Amino acid sequence: MTLLYFAWVRQKIGRSEEILTLPAGVRTVSDLATFLQKCGGGHSEVFADLRRMRVAINQEHCDFETVLRDEDEVAFFPPVTGG
Amino acid sequence: MNTIRIQQGPFDIGAEIAALSAKTKDAGAIATFTGFVRPDDGLTSLTLEHYPQMTEREITQHIAEASTRWPLLGATIIHRIGHMVPGEAIVLVAVAASHRSAAFQACDFLMDYLKTRAPFWKQEERDGAVQWVEAKASDDTAAQRWRSE
Repeated sequence: MTLLYFAWVRQKIGRSEEILTLPAGVRTVSDLATFLQKCGGGHSEVFADLRRMRVAINQEHCDFETVLRDEDEVAFFPPVTGG
Repeated sequence: MNTIRIQQGPFDIGAEIAALSAKTKDAGAIATFTGFVRPDDGLTSLTLEHYPQMTEREITQHIAEASTRWPLLGATIIHRIGHMVPGEAIVLVAVAASHRSAAFQACDFLMDYLKTRAPFWKQEERDGAVQWVEAKASDDTAAQRWRSE
């Protein structure tokens, strides 16, 4: 799967994109966030508190209980502030 | 009849209204909203980033949803990204319909959805220090009213 990061999520992690094979035991976005939180560095800081985090799968807003597939594009970002 | 553009450079509001009008000859009304960068609390510049593949998709969906609620003849949405300074226009929503009520309401609806659903993020610069803008609860409340109707 492709992971994309935007705004301060991107800055804290230090990259805008990474490729990951769906890890064993990871079924939902919430599981993925828990997995990434254990990766250390910026990931640990960013995924420690999901209240300020939003997620989209394949360019559609979704919630953290959405089930993932290995071919998904998963984007993590703060609440949007356009307009 | 819809135009969606995400661009770095400025846009000409008059030219955009004229272009929408030319494409929607039967329209009796075009309502527009233009958002400008405010010089609040010494703000010197704004920088916007977005999620390119998702932005157009979201805005296309918003216009489609607006079209199910009101009889629209066309819409133009332009949103700038990159660096801009106070006084510059950042977003334009223009909606053409037969009558003003539909045009006004759809314009309001589209702005509320742009604010709360379209994947843009603003960074503010003051005195050389930059910080990300926090989302406002008031924008969520404004968008919420369309759901309860």
